[in-house]
Amino acid sequence: MRIFEDQNNTKTKLSMTDEVKVIEIKKSIFEDNEKDADALRAELKRKGVFLLNLMSSPGSGKTTTLIQTIGLLKDKLRLAVMEADIDSDVDARKIKEATGIPSIQLHTGGMCHLDAEMTRQGLDHVALDGLDLVILENVGNLVCPAEFDTGSVKNAMILSVPEGHDKPLKYPLMFSICDVVVINKMDVLPYFDFDPEKCKEYVHMRNPKAQVIPICAKTGEGVEVFAQWLEDEVKQWKQQ
Amino acid sequence: MHELGIVFYIIKDVKQAALDNAVSKVSGVVMNIGEVSTIVPDYLQDCWRWAADKEDLLKGAELKINTIPAVTYCEDCHSEYGTVEHGKICPYCGSEHTYLLRGNEVEIKEIEVPNQ
Repeated sequence: MRIFEDQNNTKTKLSMTDEVKVIEIKKSIFEDNEKDADALRAELKRKGVFLLNLMSSPGSGKTTTLIQTIGLLKDKLRLAVMEADIDSDVDARKIKEATGIPSIQLHTGGMCHLDAEMTRQGLDHVALDGLDLVILENVGNLVCPAEFDTGSVKNAMILSVPEGHDKPLKYPLMFSICDVVVINKMDVLPYFDFDPEKCKEYVHMRNPKAQVIPICAKTGEGVEVFAQWLEDEVKQWKQQ
Repeated sequence: MHELGIVFYIIKDVKQAALDNAVSKVSGVVMNIGEVSTIVPDYLQDCWRWAADKEDLLKGAELKINTIPAVTYCEDCHSEYGTVEHGKICPYCGSEHTYLLRGNEVEIKEIEVPNQ
């Protein structure tokens, strides 16, 4: 780590008071992670692997959405899934059983998010050679994962109808960093006061470029739009 | 939950700074925390106490928090206003074309070392 560099380019700035010596640092705690994330992105680029960071609240239907998406993509792209949870391996098992694609489980050891270093360590256990796409299913949480760049090429999040259309107002950072917002559980719309148009409006207040895709993961309705977006992004990125 | 993760990052950076400066004891860590950084100072303090006391270097070390007020800039009328009071919409001209100037910081300002 670089210790604070001032204009005279002295390495460490010390000032003395009676009781304590002060060492000036002036460093964002996100700085190391951002460097790690950029390095990981560059490494994945060399290997031709696209990393998608998928985020959501717990229970929004991430795993079911993934299974449906993988079903549509597995003949077109070579892919693997990394599941991040605080504990258990139920999600990784479910994905593997339902789709047959390689799926590994990461445990965050109580941490509420995954950072770039943890992502890299997880990827060490994935046979990356020949893969086009790795989908990282981040810890179910709308706060912390938004603050830590994982090294992904694109970020997507799933918001489900029962959670309410005002989520973009409550968790602005999450919505501002996502390229795609998938609205899941559209089949239960009649039972909730969820206004899809308002939701779209709130998402665009945070991020005018975000694409909003309504789906129903249970029936598969709309999932093809998300799968197509992902396929196009992977192809485009590989050509760059 | 979030704050504990942040505390682990702070400890990692402070340990490295201590190593770089050949320091074996830290008595205080001063943080600049922006008003809209999503960090809750009380939680950060609680997590800090729990985690810092597990480290010889940081046992008993105090975490001091400087709050940085959040300020938003309006691209249309070029004024600056308080983010917490007015949010994303400019209170002077009603524009939505605004961005945060400061108030998102989570940075270690300095560390304090006992003078021996």
